[in-house]
This record gives sequence, C-alpha cells and structure tokens, in this order.
Amino acid sequence: MQLAANIAVLASIYALISCGYVLIYRTSRVLSLAHGELMMLGAYGLFVTASLFAGHPLLAIGVSLLLALVIGVLVYIVLMRRMAGEAVLAAVLATIALGILLRGAVVLVWGAQEQHPIQALGLANSSISLGGARVSAAGLGLVVATALAYGGLWAFLRHTVWGLRMRAAGQNPLLAAQRGIGLHGIYALAWGLATLTAGLGGMLIACDSALSQTMVVIGLKAFPAALVGGLDSLLGALLGSMIVACAEVLLIYYVDPLLSDVVPFVVLLAMLVVRPWGLFGSREELDRV
Amino acid sequence: MSAPRASGYFRTSYAQDVRLLDTRMHKSVFTLFILALLVAPFFLGVLALDLANQVLLASIGAIALMLLTGYAGQISLGHAGLLAAGAFTTGILFKEFGAPFWITLPASALVGASLGLIFGLPSLRLRGLYLAVSTLALHFIVIHVGGEYETKRGFSTGVVIAPPALFGWTLSDARAWYYVLLAAAAGTLLLSLNLLRTRTGRAWRAIHGREAVAAALGVSVQSAKLSAFVVSSTFTAMAGCLFAYYRGFVSAEAFSLFVTIQYVAMVIIGGIGSLLGALLGAVFVVLFPYAIESAAKALVGRDALSNLLFAANYAAFGLVMILFLVFEPTGLFGLWKRMQNWLLLWPFKQKPVGK
Repeated sequence: MQLAANIAVLASIYALISCGYVLIYRTSRVLSLAHGELMMLGAYGLFVTASLFAGHPLLAIGVSLLLALVIGVLVYIVLMRRMAGEAVLAAVLATIALGILLRGAVVLVWGAQEQHPIQALGLANSSISLGGARVSAAGLGLVVATALAYGGLWAFLRHTVWGLRMRAAGQNPLLAAQRGIGLHGIYALAWGLATLTAGLGGMLIACDSALSQTMVVIGLKAFPAALVGGLDSLLGALLGSMIVACAEVLLIYYVDPLLSDVVPFVVLLAMLVVRPWGLFGSREELDRV
Repeated sequence: MSAPRASGYFRTSYAQDVRLLDTRMHKSVFTLFILALLVAPFFLGVLALDLANQVLLASIGAIALMLLTGYAGQISLGHAGLLAAGAFTTGILFKEFGAPFWITLPASALVGASLGLIFGLPSLRLRGLYLAVSTLALHFIVIHVGGEYETKRGFSTGVVIAPPALFGWTLSDARAWYYVLLAAAAGTLLLSLNLLRTRTGRAWRAIHGREAVAAALGVSVQSAKLSAFVVSSTFTAMAGCLFAYYRGFVSAEAFSLFVTIQYVAMVIIGGIGSLLGALLGAVFVVLFPYAIESAAKALVGRDALSNLLFAANYAAFGLVMILFLVFEPTGLFGLWKRMQNWLLLWPFKQKPVGK
C-alpha cells in the first residue's frame, strides 16, 4: 500500500513536469532541456512570493503561478523566438544554454543553501494516512494538482479556441499560419503553460522536501517519462510517468536505492530500442525531427 | 580538395591537390606556430602550463564531438559519459591488474568504440532529439556504473592512478605532459583532418545535409552514422584515459552533466562544422572560468565566495552560449573567417560572388 502511494506521488511529479515537455514539443517541435531549471525557477518564485505575502498562502501561490506563466512567455519572446528559423539543434542548444544560465543565476540571487518555502507560507507538511499508507500533504497536493493540470489541459486543448489553435499549429504550422493563427502567440502560450505546470510541480516538490539546485535532476528524470509515452501525446506523458515511477520505486525498494538516478534512463533506452516513437506518439514524428 | 590559397590555380599533380599546406607563406607561418608551441612550456608558469595542458586535453574531446555533431550532424549529450568510460577503464585496469599505459589506452579506445557502437545503434532508428536523449541515457548509465565500482571496491572518493611510464620515462611533471598531450592532440587533429577528406568524412557531411539525398547519392546512411559515433567515442574515451592519467585520479563526480555541456559549448562557441572552431572553442571554454575569476577578483577586489564564483561562472557561461547562438551562429570560427575576409578584401567591402 505504501509502495502504491509512493508510486502515485512520484508518478504525479513526473507527470506534472513531463506535460511541459509534451506541450512545447507538440506545438513548436522544440525540445526544452531547460525545463528542470524553469521548474526550479517557478519554485523560487513561490519562495519569493511566500515571503512577500506572508500569511496569505493562497495569494502567494496564485501570484507565483502567474509569475511562472509570465516567465515562460518571456523565455519564448526573448530567446526562443530568435531561434525560429534556425535548425532544431540550435534551438535545443539554446535551451541548454538557458538552463545553465538559470542555474547560475538562481545561486547568485538566492544562494546555494536549501530553502523551505512551506515555512514561509505558514503551512505545515503534515502526513496524512490513507488506507494503510502515509502520504505527506504536499504529496497529496501533487496528485491532486496533476489531476487538475491534466484535466485543465485536456479541456483547454479540446474545448477552447486557443486550444484548437494550438493543436492546429502543432499539426501543420504553415497551414495554421495561413488560416490566420499567430504562431508566435501560440508558441509563447505553449511555453507559458509548460512553465506554469512545471513551476507548479516545482513548488509542490519544494514544499514536500526542500528547495535547492538538486531539483534540476528531477526535471531531467521526467523527460524519459514524456518520451516513453510519446513526445506528442499528453495521455502518453501521464502513462509514461506511471511506468517510469513504477519501475523506479519498485527497483529502489527491491534491488538497490542507488539505482534511482539511472532507472528512468534505462526504461527510456529500452523504449527507444523497441518503440522509439513512444506508446502513444505518432510514428511520423520520427521523420520530422 | 581545399580551395587554393595562392592566387591562380597552379596545381599540376594530385599530390599538390591533397597537400594540407599550400603556399610557402602558409608553410612558414605554420612552422613558426609549431615552433612556438614546442618552446612554449619553457616560458610558461605553473598555472599557465596546467591551463595549456587542459586546453590540449579538451581539444581532443572537442574535435571528437565536432566530428559527430559538427560534421555528421548527430546530437550527442553523452560526451562526459564517454570521457568517464575511458577514465574508468583506465582506473579499473590500473587498480585491478596494474596495467601499463600501453594497455589502458587501447583498452579505453576499445571500450569507447563499443559504447559508440551500442549507443549509435539507436541512431539508425532515431533522429535528432531522440538521439540526444539516448546519449543522455548513456551518460547516466556510465556514471552510475563508475560510481558503483567506486563504492563497491571501497574507493569512495575516487580511484588513484600512478603516473604512467612511456619508454622508460615516468610522466609526472607538467612539462612532460605538455608534450605528450600536444602530440596526442596534434595526432587527433591530423587524423580527423584527413578522415574528413575521405569517403567517410564526405558521407558524414552528406548525411548532415539531408539523409534522404545522401542515401539517393549512394551513401549508406546507417554505416555513416555508426562510423561517426564509433570514431567520435573512440577519440573521446582516449581523451578520458589521458585525463585520468593527467589528473592521477578518477571519480564519478568529475564527469557531471556540466562537462557534457562544456563540450557542447566548445562546439557551438567554436563554430559548428570546423575543426579550427573546435580548437578555438576548447581554448575559450577552458580559459573562460579563469577569466571570470580574475575579472571577479579585479572587480570585487578580494577573493569572492567560491560557490558564488562557481555560480557566476555558470551564469556567464550560459549567457555567452546564448549570445553566440543568437548573434554569431558560426561561432569563433565565423568571426575569424570574417576578419580574414575583411583583411583579404580591404579596401573593398563585398565578397566576390560565389565565394
């Protein structure tokens, strides 16, 4: 039971982060390798707002989410937009460079020591017992947030005009542009949403454990989850996260705790050999990249 | 092969056509440059000599990555993993069997080649980003295996390696290392330069351009990709072996993802698709942290906190990479070429059409 709860929490961490990879890739065919850093930045955003709006946790969380959205949009406008005509490689390398820049900047601004935004928020991360398993409040929050994020994204992509535009831009940018859809706006929105969900994940992780630079690794480990599911499918990202989290928790429990950093990548490698386009990804994607 | 440097086309034989150094001017400048490199260690201080050695080491890895990324167009994020593979092969062979240099170097090369083959295999089915990911997986797996070896054998801080003996000499002082590394780097450069002019190298460039066209022209895309991976990872693993000996110490922490990013940065900053670019990039990336450090010392006036300095390094590094990607995608090599053209054409401004 405890194992199942651990898997659920880890799976929602991965799912919350990996949907950003999927969103960006699906709309603009760019792989964001700065996603872990953007997640961390979102969490530091919460740290800042928590001390600004002390005593109003909901306000702090709301503002920090807005901040994450704005950061994502800014990343697109300032950096990724310039990469529009370049090769895919250049765009990916730009995200790597951005990641490095953010990693350094975060330490310069906030220092290298661990932070605990949950204390600043004035909340307690008490543990809740659920049918024989103990889950921390933040862990439960992660599961709920993941469900909300995926539900929200699904509704957004399915039922709103902007969601329709985003899907159109992802399917065929040229045709979409011909129909009068502003691609830059769509791409910026995709980056914003991706950073928002990643930031949300980062905030909750920071509440659950602590806020430090080591969080970036989690962002990197969420990437296999997105790929296992198929880089252009949200449902795939969810399922992929479950698979990776399952493998990771079970192997750590039964084999060796040191394996934690490698397992996602082993799963990934196995997937790449058997079915490179992922569980739900479309096959022609392989030829496009 | 190469565009003639002398004005007028005076080549009368194939031997002249494949010469690397064309004109007398070119030859004499190059000879002077070699001489300067050879006598340099007698004028360099301890720090400068160490930096020179680091540059030489890095340039081997940078050339290897340039072959793969810059010429064959395959993205790799597993460079640190391959360096680690070479270094750990060396460390393990030395610790367990007391193997000498002449065994560990080929063994590292062999390990590198087989890793390149194994992780190049996905490249037959994958393209671009997917490939980058599988090489990223390579990085984590190699580092994990290395770390496991360290902990299982009780070398928790790392494997210590004695300086190697070459022809009865023990390589312990930095000046001796300089010549060894210089020879290794020059060998790698020469080999790569010639490899790029052969059928293999042209096939790499062809698949970089467009795979479908390359296949239509009779290039075997599969073998070209695999050979690029194998050659690149062989060089890289050998660089890892040399790195292990030079440091006298192997540990998994030395090969973080940041090392990969540094090598990728060398290729970007140097300029994709040019061996000279790889060398320039290696020089830039190795010297950059020291420049930042001395700049910080000059600005702040005292020794800044070391971890802040580290962070400043990261930030500045990312910024420089972004600036190069956005404003000068051809890198330092592009700048160099532009300067050359400017000097060549002065007082005119326009390049002749078709150049």
